[in-house]
Amino acid sequence: MTTIGATMRNELIGLGGFVERNVYLTKRYILWDIAFMIWTIANTLTIVFIARVEHLPKPKENELATILLVGAVIWAFLGIIFEFMTETVAWERWEGTIEYTFMAPVSRTMHLFGQGAFAVLYGLIRATILFFAVAAFIGLHIPHANYGAAFALLAIASVSFIGVGMMTSVLPLISPEKGAQLGFVAQGVMLVVSGVYYPVSVMPHWMQLISKLSPATYVLRGDRASIVSGAGMAWGDVWPLVIIAIASMPIGLTIFRIGERHAKRHGKLKRSG
Amino acid sequence: MSTLAASTSLNRHIRRDVPAVEVEKLTKVFRRRDPKAGRFARRRLPALKEVTFTIERGECVAILGQNGSGKSTLVRLLSTLLLEDGGSAHIFGHDAFREARSIRRLVNRVSVEASFFKKMSAQENLSYAARFYGMTPAQTRTAIPEILEKVGFPPDRRTESMMNLSRGMQQKVALARALLTSPVLLLLDEPTTGLDPRSKLEVQDFIREVRATHDATILLCTHDMNEAEALADRVGLLDRGELLFLEPVSKVKRRYGVDTLEEAFFAATGRTFEEEDEDDELREVFG
Repeated sequence: MTTIGATMRNELIGLGGFVERNVYLTKRYILWDIAFMIWTIANTLTIVFIARVEHLPKPKENELATILLVGAVIWAFLGIIFEFMTETVAWERWEGTIEYTFMAPVSRTMHLFGQGAFAVLYGLIRATILFFAVAAFIGLHIPHANYGAAFALLAIASVSFIGVGMMTSVLPLISPEKGAQLGFVAQGVMLVVSGVYYPVSVMPHWMQLISKLSPATYVLRGDRASIVSGAGMAWGDVWPLVIIAIASMPIGLTIFRIGERHAKRHGKLKRSG
Repeated sequence: MSTLAASTSLNRHIRRDVPAVEVEKLTKVFRRRDPKAGRFARRRLPALKEVTFTIERGECVAILGQNGSGKSTLVRLLSTLLLEDGGSAHIFGHDAFREARSIRRLVNRVSVEASFFKKMSAQENLSYAARFYGMTPAQTRTAIPEILEKVGFPPDRRTESMMNLSRGMQQKVALARALLTSPVLLLLDEPTTGLDPRSKLEVQDFIREVRATHDATILLCTHDMNEAEALADRVGLLDRGELLFLEPVSKVKRRYGVDTLEEAFFAATGRTFEEEDEDDELREVFG
């Protein structure tokens, strides 16, 4: 095998190591996963039932409930990706494995991609369960839903989410105490400006401008159109996601590398407690 | 193990015409908050001051020092977890700070804390960690039971959560993790601290066995003088960031005209090994 071939092989095996580790952890914490799943379903129901308060005609009520449900599902999906990416550092710091991971001969690109790949896979499974469980519970009628298009758009958006997640995952590296909290703040801000339960047009103009930079804006708009009215993937939603994905990946990696260098310079690459 | 596969990949990175470790005037300074001088004031705490030494291939060198002496800083610099503030460090001819990727394949480490995902089992912890070094599931399927057996880890506890294992058992798994990747430089940072006497002896026996059977160079950082004397070819003393000497124990004793390393420490520093002041505590960045 050539040197490049051997390096690529080792890198891919390393990427698999991050996925494997998260599979083990999910198995070991399965009861917590079930508990969080039930909590998320209950929380989503509290949002979706709002559609019944207005006593709208049945089709309108159905449409509003679907709009709210898509928002809640995307919120949950994005939350999982941000949680996993931010915990790339925070969790390892807490368990004490951070030094062993950062001194291993696997590139940071594969490290972050491995973490992101598992997050997307895990997030998609949970988002699917959440969507169908809530839809079944409230008796949502969506015969025209184009699940293929919704799923494909979510997959494209996932790349952007990983890129943005990389930028936030550096925070616990720079500030061990405040980094994880800032990750939650970033996630919240992104969803607020992206129109999670409402159209972007109801927000102040300056927030609408910021919403154009958020990948969640396009996936929320596109997935709502696909689920409510059965629309296919709209180019107007795809191209911004592709551009954000292309830009956010290298930016995310660069920011992470700068953060890693800072942590190495100041002795912050160490366990907590 | 898969030693063959691992060593083939390792050979690309090993230069045989150079020492295993070459450290020259290595310096590291940390900045810590200084509340006495003001809310935002920082003070410079030199962790390593122009440390220079060489370790030949296959040698076992022990660095002794109190808490905050700079032992862990030295190990972290050689593990590519810190960047230097001056001087240089080369591992098998590779610059430790500019060729980190090449070095990472050659080095592994056992620290005072076992550092595992505590809910996961020994088998799972070793398995994912081995992937980072390019080992496939087919390789680890046989290599992990073999290496765990070698360190004396009971086979029936392989799938048990790490949190249910004693400190001694966890440290054996840490040794297994380090050796699984066939490192040519093994950095041991207080590997027996906190272990009961029996576990301590077992770990020390295993370190001897590694020396006898693996092509490994060992840097052992410890504050246990007996351990240093028993395991190392040469012993160094790191005191408040300065390397006072690094030579065979017999030579150290002759140099200071003393019978024990403890007396040598007193002769070299004017303090007993137990004496520490406020600055030593502050300097203990990686305690």
